[in-house]
Amino acid sequence: MLKVINLNVSYGAIHAVHGVNLEVHQGEIVSLIGANGAGKTTILHSISGLKRPSSGQIVFEGQDLVKTEPHKILQMGLAHVPEGRRIFAEMTVEENLEMGAFTRSNPQEIREDMEKIYHRFPRLKERRGQMAGTLSGGEQQMLAIGRALMSKPKLLLLDEPSMGLSPILVREIFDIIVQVNKTGMTVLLVEQNARMALSIAHRGYVLETGDIVLSGDAKSLLEDDRVKKAYLGQ
Amino acid sequence: MDLIKQLINGIQVGSIYALVALGYTMVYGIVKLINFAHGDFIMVGGYVALTVIPVLVSAGLSPWLCIIVAILFCALLGMATERVAYKPLRGAPKISVLITAIGVSLFLQNLFMLIFSPNPKPFPNFLDYPPLALGENFQISFVTLLTILLSLIIMVGLQFFIQKTKMGKSMRAVSEDPGAAQLMGINVNRTISVTFAIGSGLAAVASVLYCSAYPLVEPTMGSVLGLRAFIAAVFGGIGMIPGAMVGGLLMGVVESLTKAYISSQMSDAVVYGILILVLLVKPTGLFGKNVREKV
Ligand SMILES: Nc1ncnc2c1ncn2[C@@H]1O[C@H](COP(=O)(O)OP(=O)(O)O)[C@@H](O)[C@H]1O
Ligand SMILES: [Mg+2]
Repeated sequence: MLKVINLNVSYGAIHAVHGVNLEVHQGEIVSLIGANGAGKTTILHSISGLKRPSSGQIVFEGQDLVKTEPHKILQMGLAHVPEGRRIFAEMTVEENLEMGAFTRSNPQEIREDMEKIYHRFPRLKERRGQMAGTLSGGEQQMLAIGRALMSKPKLLLLDEPSMGLSPILVREIFDIIVQVNKTGMTVLLVEQNARMALSIAHRGYVLETGDIVLSGDAKSLLEDDRVKKAYLGQ
Repeated sequence: MDLIKQLINGIQVGSIYALVALGYTMVYGIVKLINFAHGDFIMVGGYVALTVIPVLVSAGLSPWLCIIVAILFCALLGMATERVAYKPLRGAPKISVLITAIGVSLFLQNLFMLIFSPNPKPFPNFLDYPPLALGENFQISFVTLLTILLSLIIMVGLQFFIQKTKMGKSMRAVSEDPGAAQLMGINVNRTISVTFAIGSGLAAVASVLYCSAYPLVEPTMGSVLGLRAFIAAVFGGIGMIPGAMVGGLLMGVVESLTKAYISSQMSDAVVYGILILVLLVKPTGLFGKNVREKV
């Protein structure tokens, strides 16, 4: 479904991503783990078009994304929940969800999908008329995910959804990711929380300062000594 | 009676300030740039109207259509200015953008001096309708009435557009976080173009109303009016749409009352004095939020 081939990305003189290859198949949860500054966000930004790579290919359902504008990439079926959530704080919860459906045109269907999101996240329904900036961190993360789902994507990119949340909320968010995946949504999950991310994933990649150093089955990565030592604190 | 007259006068001028201030504030809200050429769009609107009125009349059409022509012309000019002068500088240091904006302003002023000469030209009085009598010796001129009503309608309409329509909401989204807005599938370039078009179109309306009240058009007229409106926008909280409306109206009223009851030379001093006071107490302006700059 998604294929990243020999991706290189730089910020001026900083070469942040060095020839990364990765793949996401239909129906999978793939976790990309790595320490702070490893280049995870940079890879997601390249996929969704917010950052131009210096070389390499990103192929989504047979189409190259590298020169495509971000708003067109979304229309192709790829939604990105960015790091730090980046909800529209001065818009209401409901307006945020409407923005998620920006490229869709059937109001009836949008309404129905919004009800589905409210069903999945009852707390958002209670706060639908409230400014999104007044939500708690967990609620904001739910809103960011709900907003991305409103575009009816085929592939969901999630950048550190656990960031800044209590363990209970992290579990809740991860349960939601699993549920969403069960409905047929493909997920590429970026996390520093390696244990949680690998525990729900089918496959995983380990990124260290811009290089993929390990990849494979999520279960075997969880048991890999290097992963245990570096990311699971064992 | 005199006080009411001065108040109405102030609301008239204030409505014009508000229309112009809206352009500054909408553009600032979305691209965080002070479009110093915005005042000159008023001047351009004035010349466009002045030029097309005789053409419209001789073609047997209503001179009122000059408002539409001026709106379209200024909207295109606004979009073109953004495309040619500002878009290539997105992400550039603020000072480069500022200097470019001043450059555009000087360019427009000099271009129109070349075309129309630096001398003021009289503006055709196409709004020559009888005043509205409100009692014995109290009447409101047609231009005053039109200015206040039209501005009111435009401001209510704009507020509705921004708050309730999909395009308006996407403009708010882009002004909050252009990157996140792109991730929603919003075409940020298009949204910015539309914002410039609306802001410049409002300047065109302000222009026709202003020129009808003070019927002289000259190439530098945009500087003074533009500066006043810019101050009104800052006063109300730059980037805040209701702020521009209230800021513009308040400024017009303060100016008019000062001229009438204190001294006409003092009006600038009083206006700036109030601005400084407001900014000392609330640096982000009347409607501004006290948020820190985003990192
Ligand atoms: N906007 C930027 N400008 C310069 N360097 C950046 C920028 N964003 C990220 N970097 C650098 O790129 C590297 C990878 O960052 P990032 O992709 O954010 O990592 P991660 O998401 O894994 O924490 C880091 O060294 C970081 O300092
Ligand atoms: Mg990151």
